[in-house]
Amino acid sequence: MKKVRLATVWLDGCSGCHMSLLDIDEAILAIAKRVDVVYGPLVDAQEFPKAVDVTLIEGAVSSQDDLEKVHTIRRWSKLVVALGDCAVTGNVPSMRNSHPARKMLECIYVDRVQANRGVPADGVPALLRHAVPVHEVIKVDLHIPGCPPAPASIAWVLGELLDGRMPELASKVKFG
Amino acid sequence: MPENISIRIDGEYVPAQEGQTILEVARAGGKYIPTLCYLAGTSSVGACRLCIVEVSGVGRLLPACTTPVQDGMSVTTNSEKLKQYRKIAVEFLFSERNHVCAVCVSNNHCELQAMAQKLGVTSVRYPYAYPKLGVDVSHPRYVLDHNRCILCTRCVRVCTEVEGAHVWDVSSRGIRSMIICDMNRPWAQASSCTNCGKCVQVCPTGALAEKGFAVDEMVKKDHNMTRLAARRGGHS
Ligand code: SF4
Ligand code: SF4
Ligand code: SF4
Ligand code: FES
Repeated sequence: MKKVRLATVWLDGCSGCHMSLLDIDEAILAIAKRVDVVYGPLVDAQEFPKAVDVTLIEGAVSSQDDLEKVHTIRRWSKLVVALGDCAVTGNVPSMRNSHPARKMLECIYVDRVQANRGVPADGVPALLRHAVPVHEVIKVDLHIPGCPPAPASIAWVLGELLDGRMPELASKVKFG
Repeated sequence: MPENISIRIDGEYVPAQEGQTILEVARAGGKYIPTLCYLAGTSSVGACRLCIVEVSGVGRLLPACTTPVQDGMSVTTNSEKLKQYRKIAVEFLFSERNHVCAVCVSNNHCELQAMAQKLGVTSVRYPYAYPKLGVDVSHPRYVLDHNRCILCTRCVRVCTEVEGAHVWDVSSRGIRSMIICDMNRPWAQASSCTNCGKCVQVCPTGALAEKGFAVDEMVKKDHNMTRLAARRGGHS
């Protein structure tokens, strides 16, 4: 049987959703047999590959870099899954949205520090005005809310997708 | 004596009395209609629109908590259309304020969060407004966090109608509406507040909470309040 090409992406999140993905116990063995992980923090690939079957996105879209990434992801992925509250609602990263990004950075890197004052600019992508859920930027096919989503929900969703079914998550999952 | 009448709810005949609302009759008959702003024992205001129902012969959807029954009325409490509109109502509540369940005192004990799950809301289709809102921490025992307020006015009603203090009101209109304290003062300066905590216990979200609780820890004891209100008579 042809393996399903799976990508996982880590945007503005804490990596907790990836932890939850790795926390699905022995279910991971059955899933690993049926997928090729072609991109993500768990593998080496540098560039997002063409022709991906399923992409799981952790994290909000928060920077210029995130923005470009999600467009690439959408372009090359058959199915895009928003994994966890940051990707689904904006969650904690979006708590900065009621204040201008510049003011927040100055507060953290200038006003409240003694040494090495200054907002970092080298090698870090510029922040967008708001950290937003993935579906505010690209079409998302499936949302798995939760902070993080329960390992059992992730395992069930992956199992369904691998069997060629679109999982119906309504009422099985919740925000927070 | 109010007159006995009969109405149909989801095709079943249920006994009712003139003057009762559709919600009261439905509850008494064991029928579930989702609600958020409704608070047993206080007046109904029809603020959240979760309790909307279809009434045959009426073109628009009506809130069950404020619509009085009429003899021969036929009510539908659940349909695809109602499910869709109830979802929209909940999604609007999320998009209007800043709800971050993962770091909220009421996480896992919140009526809004539970309602979203019950209705199968897994994302909010409308852009979030990200309003800049304050948190009133002036009261020695309680906190009011406007970021989590859904403007249900349960606090206003319980304080006015049950405690008799009338500390809370709603200022402005529409999207600018805000819960205010004693003509817009910090809570600590509200001389009319008796510190009874009723508003905190009936607030369905994390907007009103006791101090000293961390994420997940604020469990409301609203049953005491509804019992108290029911004993008071009047509204049931
Ligand atoms: S009030 Fe309820 S819905 Fe809002 S953030 Fe807190 S737990 Fe979530
Ligand atoms: S504590 Fe009691 S008196 Fe004070 S605002 Fe709340 S309900 Fe009103
Ligand atoms: S503070 Fe709580 S009880 Fe009062 S209107 Fe807001 S959500 Fe409702
Ligand atoms: S419960 Fe009827 S409108 Fe809120």
